[in-house]
Amino acid sequence: MFAYLAKRVIQAIAVMFVISLIAFAIQGNLGDPLRELVGQSVSEEVRQQLRDELGLNDSFVTQYLRFAGNALQGDLGTSYFFKEPALDVILKKLPATLELVFGATLIIIGFSVPLGVYTAIKPDTIISRIIMGLSIVGISIPVFLTAILMIFVFSVEYGWLPSYGRGDTVHVWGYWETNFATADGWTHIILPSFALASIMLPLFVRLIRAEMMEVLQSEYVKYAKAKGIKPWRIYFVHALKNTLLPVITVGGVQIGTMVAYTILTETVFQWPGMGFMFLEAVNRVDTPLIVAYLIVVGFIFVVTNTVVDLIYGLVNPTVNIARMGA
Amino acid sequence: MTKLVRSLAAAVAVAAMVPMAYAETTVRVAYDADPVSLDPHEQLSGGTLQMSHMVFDPLVRWTQDLQFEARLAESWEQIDETTMRFKLREGVTFHSGNTLTAKDVDWTFDRLKRSDDFKGIFAPFTDVEVVDDLTFDLKTSEPYPLVLHTATYIFPMDSAFYTGTSEDGKDKSELVKHGDSFASRNVSGTGPFVVTEREQGVRVVFERFDGYWDADAGNVDKIVLTPIKEDPTRVAALLSGDVDFIAPVPPTDLKRVEGADGVELITMPGTRIITFQMNQERVEAFKDARVRKAIDYAVNNAGIVDRIMRGFGTVAGQASPDGYLGYNEAYAPRYDLEKAKALMAEAGYADGFSITMMAPNNRYVNDDKIAQAVASMLAQINIKVDLQTMPKAQYWPTFDERAADMMMIGWHADTEDSANFHQFLTACPDKETGNGQYNSGNYCNEEADALMNQANAETDPDKRAELLQKLEGILYDEAAFIPLHWQNLAWGAKSGMNAAEIVNALNFPYFGDLVVETGS
Repeated sequence: MFAYLAKRVIQAIAVMFVISLIAFAIQGNLGDPLRELVGQSVSEEVRQQLRDELGLNDSFVTQYLRFAGNALQGDLGTSYFFKEPALDVILKKLPATLELVFGATLIIIGFSVPLGVYTAIKPDTIISRIIMGLSIVGISIPVFLTAILMIFVFSVEYGWLPSYGRGDTVHVWGYWETNFATADGWTHIILPSFALASIMLPLFVRLIRAEMMEVLQSEYVKYAKAKGIKPWRIYFVHALKNTLLPVITVGGVQIGTMVAYTILTETVFQWPGMGFMFLEAVNRVDTPLIVAYLIVVGFIFVVTNTVVDLIYGLVNPTVNIARMGA
Repeated sequence: MTKLVRSLAAAVAVAAMVPMAYAETTVRVAYDADPVSLDPHEQLSGGTLQMSHMVFDPLVRWTQDLQFEARLAESWEQIDETTMRFKLREGVTFHSGNTLTAKDVDWTFDRLKRSDDFKGIFAPFTDVEVVDDLTFDLKTSEPYPLVLHTATYIFPMDSAFYTGTSEDGKDKSELVKHGDSFASRNVSGTGPFVVTEREQGVRVVFERFDGYWDADAGNVDKIVLTPIKEDPTRVAALLSGDVDFIAPVPPTDLKRVEGADGVELITMPGTRIITFQMNQERVEAFKDARVRKAIDYAVNNAGIVDRIMRGFGTVAGQASPDGYLGYNEAYAPRYDLEKAKALMAEAGYADGFSITMMAPNNRYVNDDKIAQAVASMLAQINIKVDLQTMPKAQYWPTFDERAADMMMIGWHADTEDSANFHQFLTACPDKETGNGQYNSGNYCNEEADALMNQANAETDPDKRAELLQKLEGILYDEAAFIPLHWQNLAWGAKSGMNAAEIVNALNFPYFGDLVVETGS
């Protein structure tokens, strides 16, 4: 177990090194940060002077070593736009994004299980066909289009829900302000959560349906039916339980993908999270913030993957972690 | 069913509005970006100046018809060729409680001269000399015609407030581009609003300053500024009543905003010119004025305004918009395909040639679509265009490299003066003086430059207009660049806000003067 852990940690460090190198290498191709820092009529001479001050004229290796040295001490640079340490900026924006992902996850779980099970049990009814048809549409429409459509229907046409932002938030702890404590906060998070869920939800409905149909064909379900166990018990206790194992595996991976989709959702809804912040940073060529974002997100992926692997070993005894470490 | 849903929706909407009825008058504003910093000298940009007009006051400011209006300066007079004497308004106080004196103006002027972004505009100025508490002389090295134009950029800062050391041991007057400074987070101006809350990129809250000198102006107690980057979301926020005032309104939504109940659309011709430059160093043919003219004749700029801009622009034949001294209606937009072909043949290029073209795709309104249209128009005179468009972040470095044969650039004159267009866009490129910094065409005409220099030393407006119009005439006759149009400006506002009263072609809405109809 210890050997395995040590190996994973070394792997993680290597991955982080590669991520930092890539993140640092692409920043040179993102454009000139000076353009966003100074006005249009500032002379080239002054620009060069500023570049010198910012250390942008140093060689790539010098710049990277300086960055890596600071990064090891927890300093990922200072955002040009926010004028604060990039890591602080990201940590301030993180709770908003996590709440959005949490809201979307609730929606996905709440809808995909009943819909998936229903369409598996009664595949030929009209309702099932409609659900499956809609799920194809849902997968095909890009998130930002869904989001804009929702804004126009529910905010502009009917005026039921607010069109942008987080509304009233309540301070919980540290940088964490929550949407879930006020009615206004709830109304603000509904549309963005649905928009973010719109890509994953159809995927999970189809996944649960396919798994469920397979399980329903298995011997033990047939046996249970023959034994005379009530249908709902067969479906929801015996069959669903076995369906969910692969679903959870896929779900774990997809939560990471969802963080990526927050970039689009947050931009459309002006949600003050880190996805929106990242896109803005790219537009403003705020390179320290871009690099810090990539590193933080990379770090989150590396940690969750490591944790998932460890948990997998605990859940499934046939996976022998000690031997994997050898 | 729909009826039921709609009446339900109406009921919900009414119920939702009750807690929103503020005792004070609040205006919620959504722009596409928020100011970079609270320091008025950190960046010369629209966002900074919009903020400056809310938190500070300039010495003089522009009116809607581009005249000067006295603000902190009560009066001014020319006392000799290079000196303008200003008299300050009496009894003006800063947010901190300090009283405005000529010393503050002097201090602000010195700080402007240190600002990377502003020192270019203030280059002709040498000093502010304090005469007494309320009188000062603004001096230039040579006779300079744009003293009042430049005075619109002097927003006196509270020198006592910005002097000393902050808690973290930094000089309070420090002016830094990147990184934290006292002035980027703390502010004391004389303006109608005090910043009470600010989260960068999320929202800024402005509240009325009790001690504002112009007590009769405006009745707005509080302004909440939220940046909303996405065009459709910003429009939706206005239409759904989540905000009261938005800018800009994208051309695709103009009709929608105009037709919607309870909101009004305000438009105004702008002063930003959109042009193409033809690089004479890269393409031999562009050295021939006939070829450049042929391109000008081949580009249907009226069609672009009509079809692509949906009428949301003013067709241009020159750089200076109407109202500027250099504007002359004789320099009308040109479009004549037959003439263009004839000119190409005359120059010996009847069979045409191939060029590269670059344009940004997120800088100006419909920039990439305009470039595509121009490319296909040039195909009609046998010029084959290889077009590449890219985001502005990548576009500007390529522009600096002069990486294509034809490049798009839009320009707004910071001085609101014709000479500025020529200085940056068409003057002979010169690293020393900084002239022609954005002249990717490498167009160079000594006579035109001489006219510009003459105009910049001429203080008589009539003579100056003559010089500047002559200059524009040369550029027109030689087709130094391809003028397309001036971008219009558009704001969306809730009805009954009287927002049309406070907007202007510079896009600095004067919120301090806003009178919202109340009691409804």
